[in-house]
Amino acid sequence: MNWGNWSNFWAMGGYGLYVWGSFAVTLLAILIEVGMLSARRTRILGELGTQATFRNNTD
Amino acid sequence: MLGNPKNSSDMAPGSPSRWHFFWFSSPKTFYPLAGKLIPFFAALSAVLCAIGLYISFFVAPTDAQQGDAYRIIFIHVPAAWMSMFLYVVMACWAALGLVLNTRMSAMMASAIAPTGALFTFIALWTGALWGKPTWGAWWVWDARLTSELILLFLYFGFMALEGAIDDARRADKACAILAIVGVVNVPVIYFSVKWWNTLHQGASISMKAAPSMAATMLVGMLIMALAFWMYSIAVILSRVRCIILTREWRNDWVAELLGAKR
Repeated sequence: MNWGNWSNFWAMGGYGLYVWGSFAVTLLAILIEVGMLSARRTRILGELGTQATFRNNTD
Repeated sequence: MLGNPKNSSDMAPGSPSRWHFFWFSSPKTFYPLAGKLIPFFAALSAVLCAIGLYISFFVAPTDAQQGDAYRIIFIHVPAAWMSMFLYVVMACWAALGLVLNTRMSAMMASAIAPTGALFTFIALWTGALWGKPTWGAWWVWDARLTSELILLFLYFGFMALEGAIDDARRADKACAILAIVGVVNVPVIYFSVKWWNTLHQGASISMKAAPSMAATMLVGMLIMALAFWMYSIAVILSRVRCIILTREWRNDWVAELLGAKR
């Protein structure tokens, strides 16, 4: 452990803004990508499901 | 990877010479395979990321010159590596698709582009946040930074071109050409710190010389790079499954697959 206590950890030797700004935006970007992908999959499966139901009903 | 030809309906019986190399180049066979691989790569990525972050913050010592600002490189360098590596992989798939006219190759290329753009953005963003305290500037028009920015525009160009052409097969060909032409930018990024007198420092790791950084820093960086790599595979496989569904939905196997789920 480098830090002694948590406030030292968050301060990052005075570079907290830069270090946490980097890690937070990276995390955010990853969460957005995963969220968009999961929404895309749900939408596609929903559309295909609707089509299949429609086809079955009109057959 | 070789598939099991026993299940193939389009194979002549007893022709092991046709054991294919192309088995998984069919969307029908690749879709379920990708689905099985995603949780594996996602879990691997999560574990590696946890170890990498632990080393980044709790094992690696504070740098004597840069203080704790240097910890940004634990994501900056792996993200920059991934941005270049993914571009090369994307261009290879695109070229393969152009030459062999295989549908899966082009789908792989378009699945890679957004993740490549994401890592390019992360590399630029973290670079700016590292540059400000270290160089005193968020951005300089240095050869390394400029060529990395061009990489971001190449990814955006690829995605925009794909979106602009309605016919998917035509879009694949146009995008493949863009990807292949753009690949010249990758060695430019990589060697920019040697070819020009850049503000950006030289390569962190060289094949020829011993690493110029503490062993724990190096290990942390490599583990984060592996974590990003595994993440990329998981996300790209998951995206390619979406692309397969949107392009192949008219085929019977998709209907069967969805029917089985219900």
